[in-house]
Amino acid sequence: MGLGESVRLALEGLRANKMRSILTMLGIIIGIGAVIGILTVGNGLTGSITGSMSSLGASNIMVSLQDKSDDFMPMMMYTLSEPEDEDLITNEMLDALRERYGQVIAGISLSETAGSGQAKDGRLYANLNVIGVNEDYRDVSSLDLLAGRWIQEKDIDGQRSVCVVSDKLVNNLYGGDMDAALGDELRVVLKEGDILTFRVVGVYEYDASASMSFSMASDKDVTTGLHIPITTAKHLAGAADGYSSLTIQAVPGADSAAVAADVQSFLNRYYKSNRDYSVMAMAMSSMLESMSTIMNTLSIAISVIAGISLLVGGIGVMNIMLVSVTERTREIGTRKALGATNNDIRIQFVVESIIVCLIGGIIGIILGTVMGYIGSTFISEPSYPTPGYIALAVGFSMAIGVFFGYYPANKAAKLDPIEALRYE
Amino acid sequence: MGEARPLIEMRGIYKRFYIGQPNELEILHGVDLDVMPGEFLSIVGPSGSGKSTLMNVIGVLDRPTEGHYVLDGTAVSQARDDELSAIRNRKIGFVFQNFNLISRTNALKNVELPMMYAGVPGSQRSARARELLAMVEMGERMNHQPSELSGGQKQRVAIARAMANDPAIILADEPTGALDSQTGRMVMDLFHRLNREQGKTIVLITHNRELALETDRYVTMRDGRLYVGDTGEEVRCGAR
Repeated sequence: MGLGESVRLALEGLRANKMRSILTMLGIIIGIGAVIGILTVGNGLTGSITGSMSSLGASNIMVSLQDKSDDFMPMMMYTLSEPEDEDLITNEMLDALRERYGQVIAGISLSETAGSGQAKDGRLYANLNVIGVNEDYRDVSSLDLLAGRWIQEKDIDGQRSVCVVSDKLVNNLYGGDMDAALGDELRVVLKEGDILTFRVVGVYEYDASASMSFSMASDKDVTTGLHIPITTAKHLAGAADGYSSLTIQAVPGADSAAVAADVQSFLNRYYKSNRDYSVMAMAMSSMLESMSTIMNTLSIAISVIAGISLLVGGIGVMNIMLVSVTERTREIGTRKALGATNNDIRIQFVVESIIVCLIGGIIGIILGTVMGYIGSTFISEPSYPTPGYIALAVGFSMAIGVFFGYYPANKAAKLDPIEALRYE
Repeated sequence: MGEARPLIEMRGIYKRFYIGQPNELEILHGVDLDVMPGEFLSIVGPSGSGKSTLMNVIGVLDRPTEGHYVLDGTAVSQARDDELSAIRNRKIGFVFQNFNLISRTNALKNVELPMMYAGVPGSQRSARARELLAMVEMGERMNHQPSELSGGQKQRVAIARAMANDPAIILADEPTGALDSQTGRMVMDLFHRLNREQGKTIVLITHNRELALETDRYVTMRDGRLYVGDTGEEVRCGAR
């Protein structure tokens, strides 16, 4: 008896018990669907996180103050505790750093958040974060300037009230006319109620993938950065003249991990006698690496948990196959009387079990793809399961079919035809 | 019967159960039986006489504990399970009391089943099955499910199925037992026709003496032994 015959027989058997077959498949459908869905979402998430991190600049080095009492946590970019003013990294330290490592440091980006709010013009508005920046910020954050100029040294030294706005803001407030925006006095209402006025000197291109927030806001409501001189921001925030975190860009071609190590040990000399804080510098590339590793491990761990439902599904298949064997004892006896060998019977039932699992697996793959697509669309950009996952899911569901189908099939094959024919 | 070799040749068939245990049971006490080609033999006997056990041995569903059984030139006493399957498939056509059609499988596919296990290609199988169903006058109902057929119709499909691989013998176990007398009559007529027109060797197992009297020859099973006719001598066949 050929394989085609066995498949036909199995399909006949399944069609005869539609409801039961579907219920049996359900376990496999849910198991495979969950695994595929989770892996797909995880893939999309990893892709978008690494994407946004690398668009922040793979050659960047994040420098931050680290609470000495904290355990070493490489993923924490910023300390949770608030450093005292005297603990902050000072401009003098940075000047010394520039002097010492000038050949490998392309820029030091400084920033200070001055609050969030809205720029308003009648009924028009744009959500924004007011961020004080220095000159290097633009290069380090790879911002593209569309019109006007960036924050310059004179703005910083003079603590001027100038700003560089995003193209989104220009779209919302000026109907996309950048020339109209340039030179305009922009009124900003902060959440705290303060009203500030900045003269627009430049427009940069907003890059959604670089913002690490998984915002679902529409184009109109999206929050973009409003860049002002860092001194102005410090003044507005009443902050001390120092930094708890900053970003260094290594020159192209430099080993950013090595530069990070140098920067860390250089700056830590200033913190030897500091009881509470030290400086930690981490290259984005190594952060990226550990991030991918963590995401992958997480995906696999969740998949393993979802895989348990596959095990349960497999046990369900075995259970139903055993019921089916008992129920069809007479049929098995008849088939044997008509000349079916033990192997014919065994193959018939194993194939039936494989087909249940395979159909369940295919439905599960479709379901998982849809769930994964929807899920990944919600939290980042849409992603699909890779062909590897699909092949794995198909193979795995067939393996479940064989594994959980073999015992019942063997039981059927070993039935004594006389007993089986007499079975009521 | 002259020089012809018997189709079924049984010598000193013993069948014991629970061998080596305290409740060891001997059902067949050294049965001899010859069935010649083209013969229509019936085996009668009350329940508990060992009739079913003998049928299982004849039908190669079971091996004798002791003795020789040659079926159509093949010694089956020592055959392995798979060999027994092949022998059942090619040489024996079973007709059961309760039909044993595969449910949810139409008449045509049921008749094709033995050919499927014999590895006959699909198209050939289907043609042969149609031919056989036409022969038992079931040609118009070949796409019906067993549940859509009457008892007599089911038995005719079962007989067509028994003929599928053109077996050496048809082994019918109480084929009219579940039928009313009229349809039972029809089934018996069909057996007679197969025997007369196609020279099919038929072994009929029944407790109905009336039916047994219709056949060429009948033997009676009593307490694990076979007797000629009703009360005749114990059946003894010469050594081979």
